[in-house]
Amino acid sequence: MSGILASMIDGLLVGSVYGLAAMGLSLIWGVMDVINLTHGSMIALGMFGLYELFIHIHTNAYFLLIPVIAGGFVLGIVVYWISVHWVVGRSQLMSLLSTFAVNMMVIGIGTAIWSTSPYNVNFSLEGISVGKYTFTGNHIAAATSAVVIALALELFLYRTRPGKAIRAIADNREAAELMGISSVAVLTIAFGIGIALAISSGALVSTLFPFTILSGATYQMKSFVVTVLAGLGKPFGALVAGVLLGLLEGAVTPFIAVSWIPLIEFGLFVVVLIAFPKGIFVRASA
Amino acid sequence: MKRLTLLALAAIVLLAAAAFAQTITVGFTMSKTGAYTVDSMEQYRGFEMWRDQVNAAGGIKAGGKSYQIKFASYDDESNSKRVQQLYTRLILEDKADFLFSPYSSPLTTNASIVTEQNAKVMLTTGAADEKTYKLGNNLLFQMFAPGGEYLKGALDALKAKDAKATVAFVYEDAAFSVAVVKPAMAYAQQIGLSVVFSEAYAPATTDFSAILDKVISSGATVLMGGGHYPDGSTLARQLGARKANLKMVTLLVAPDSPQWTELGDAGLGVTVPSQWEPQVVSKPQFGPTVAQFVKDYEAKYKTEASYESAGGYAAGLILQHAIEQAGSIDSGKVAAVLNSMDVTTFYGRTKFSPNAADHGLQVGHTMVIAQWQKDKSGKMVKQVVWPVAGKSADLKYPIH
Amino acid sequence: MTMRRPLFWLILITAGVFAYLPLRGNNISLREDLILVAVAIILASNLNLMIGYTGYVNFGHIVFYGLGGYVGLYLATVRNWNLVVAALAAGLAVSLFAFLLGLAILRLRGAYFALATIGVLVAVQAFVSNFDPWGRSTGLYVEFTSYESLGGPVRALWITYFLVIGLMALSMILSLSIKISKFGLGLFAIREDEDAALVLGVNTTMYKSIVFSVSAFLPAVAGALMFFKNGMIDPSIAFEFMLSLEGIVMLMLGGQGTVVGAALGPGLYERLRAYLLTSPKLSNFHLVIAGGLLLLVVLFAPGGLIGWLYRLVPRSSEVME
Repeated sequence: MSGILASMIDGLLVGSVYGLAAMGLSLIWGVMDVINLTHGSMIALGMFGLYELFIHIHTNAYFLLIPVIAGGFVLGIVVYWISVHWVVGRSQLMSLLSTFAVNMMVIGIGTAIWSTSPYNVNFSLEGISVGKYTFTGNHIAAATSAVVIALALELFLYRTRPGKAIRAIADNREAAELMGISSVAVLTIAFGIGIALAISSGALVSTLFPFTILSGATYQMKSFVVTVLAGLGKPFGALVAGVLLGLLEGAVTPFIAVSWIPLIEFGLFVVVLIAFPKGIFVRASA
Repeated sequence: MKRLTLLALAAIVLLAAAAFAQTITVGFTMSKTGAYTVDSMEQYRGFEMWRDQVNAAGGIKAGGKSYQIKFASYDDESNSKRVQQLYTRLILEDKADFLFSPYSSPLTTNASIVTEQNAKVMLTTGAADEKTYKLGNNLLFQMFAPGGEYLKGALDALKAKDAKATVAFVYEDAAFSVAVVKPAMAYAQQIGLSVVFSEAYAPATTDFSAILDKVISSGATVLMGGGHYPDGSTLARQLGARKANLKMVTLLVAPDSPQWTELGDAGLGVTVPSQWEPQVVSKPQFGPTVAQFVKDYEAKYKTEASYESAGGYAAGLILQHAIEQAGSIDSGKVAAVLNSMDVTTFYGRTKFSPNAADHGLQVGHTMVIAQWQKDKSGKMVKQVVWPVAGKSADLKYPIH
Repeated sequence: MTMRRPLFWLILITAGVFAYLPLRGNNISLREDLILVAVAIILASNLNLMIGYTGYVNFGHIVFYGLGGYVGLYLATVRNWNLVVAALAAGLAVSLFAFLLGLAILRLRGAYFALATIGVLVAVQAFVSNFDPWGRSTGLYVEFTSYESLGGPVRALWITYFLVIGLMALSMILSLSIKISKFGLGLFAIREDEDAALVLGVNTTMYKSIVFSVSAFLPAVAGALMFFKNGMIDPSIAFEFMLSLEGIVMLMLGGQGTVVGAALGPGLYERLRAYLLTSPKLSNFHLVIAGGLLLLVVLFAPGGLIGWLYRLVPRSSEVME
């Protein structure tokens, strides 16, 4: 196994978590044209959610994902009704600012509860070794979980009524309302799902690296890059774009110092924003 | 009537005593939250134990007066911007007579800007970067041996065990670690060790997969570096999870904390350059003996003292000695005593450079290398393994 | 024409008060508090040019301040330039950077532009962290002897203070001048409906580039002075995202689009922040309160304090503009 291949596999594994994180952002943005700046703090809450459950219930951390995601859904609904409902339809600046305000509040409360010191979820699964390289069990479990959740979301959006209702609202809200779909209910659920996705990605990250209440910011940034790459409102595309981003990181890091990666990613981000405003997966058929 | 007079007399005597019991205010910030929490709180305990012991013994005696020590302190949240605002507050509003540094080199340099602007003496501990003392200061005094000293011992120990070892340096791109690793790399090459990889990671990095993949690819058998507790402990954990199975791992600062045992097997065998260990032999000219310090600390805090705690206590001890020798709390007089001081305490030898070019740099203190090993009962303990003359156990090499 | 507005004289009087108060009784503590307020006003006023006047939300505004700090500190300490010259050079260099950057990102609209500015902030921080001549993550330090050329550290701090107060007055006067000029009208047109403005003959590309570049100048000069005063700079304190965002909060709180709002908001917020940070019980709630305030403003009073004042006393908009 060559170093570059090992690095790319590592990148692929962590990229699926980036993709999962981005899916929530992409869904909300696509459905209600709201750029959710609470995304980072929700990811951080996911990290702490799993941590708190884990230290009180000593079982396989991955089983605890389910209550954490459920909690995330409920939290998403709460956040929607505090800050988002009132600004849907107003200028994008307003929703940016209102979600950002909630972000600040969550980080403030989180700092009061957990301070800014680093935390760890001390749970590890056995890894898989190939030659001198080992892929840790946690990374593999996290990537698998991300794919499973993404597939579940795709099934929900395409095979269930609420899912189809969400896609209808995303396509054309007025038409959907005329067809009898309650947009308030749909937006609430969609936002809840978006936050649940962010929370789940945070929970997975907590099993991989140490974290603080401020750690969500890095993943929020990566989510923006991935969402813009994938194009809005295409959650599964976000997963794929996340994996691609991870692969890119893995392919590049053997050759340059790792500290240059954020610069490359943001250069990419700005270039894609300017040159491919609808994402790089744009299909010819509109 | 008689009782009343007696009572009044007693009151007057007490008031007089209170008037004579003056206070010296020592100001500092500590990192109650943020990346430096673990190390900073250990340093604080050193300060605290010193203050409590001195006040219980009647305070610092200088110029015919007794001074009780009072602390003025704030939480800097491991944030350099807060440090400047808070040190300004400590000096201007809390009227601190003397200052201790925060924990860590970057925060200390920030604090030193304020203390120098206000002409106040500051004893720095928990800060090894030499650059701080080359900016033209007058009143800084460093307790820690400077960064360049840290890895010399580890490299010498390695060379003695295995001259063919291949070394990788993975370290935080920040003042302290850079001040340690840059001279260490030059020294390694000087003594003939092969350096096959070196890379600095951005501060606050938590994902070391990419960098560790590169270490493994380079074929290195030894890894040295790290930064402080969060990244050091994460590096050790991730090295364990990736089964890197290196022959020697030397990390800065982190392994010295008693909290290191929480890593379990991932922390075993790791070596750390240390400013002080309980096994160090030292004949103090004043202050507690090593045994006394260790015993008092464990009794008070129910845990072992790390070198951050020893440094904190020693800072207080040296300040006290300087005030007593100067016979006054005037900054200029105390600084003059510190400039010419060359003493030995439980902490080891302390001597500050009086030259303008690097005023305050610590030139008397030497370091040791400690390693986490299992004792006969299977418990993890820290042993001093280098220099050979003062060791309490042999260096275990290779660790895997 | 600017001098005819009563606000112009109010600005000068305020600057005078700022300069005088700490001098009386050599109140260093007060001076340290006021300089932070002045910096907040400089940042918010210049940010107002983009957000309030042109309608383009710049989330990365602090990048100008940080880059100004780096260029200024580098010139003043490594190259030994005179501090004032170094600060002005920093202002020009960063304005040029803003102009070039604007060519790339000003073609983006609305939220895309906002996101791009976040990207720029992170990218610049990553770049500087890897840039050797500027000390990488360790940053640059001012040698204590640098204060000698200004007459020693005590005098140097006072000089810096007065210079910053001057910049504060300039920022507000600049905001006022633009507001009543034809250039300002063009900006407001862009804010209201950029396509209509284009159709009506406003050279939107040039206007946006100029205002973006101008909004970078004074913060950069202030950055050079402040980081010199603080004695050091490193990527984590130069490009703090939170500061950028607090700039937006302060502006919204005061009333975006108005000159007075861009001063009132920072003034109040900075005092609130200073109080919260040193109060032991409340320091953790600083962000919660700031976020709560922003939420209230966005949901119920998008015009901020000044907007509320205009509704209360409609004639006040003639003076407090």
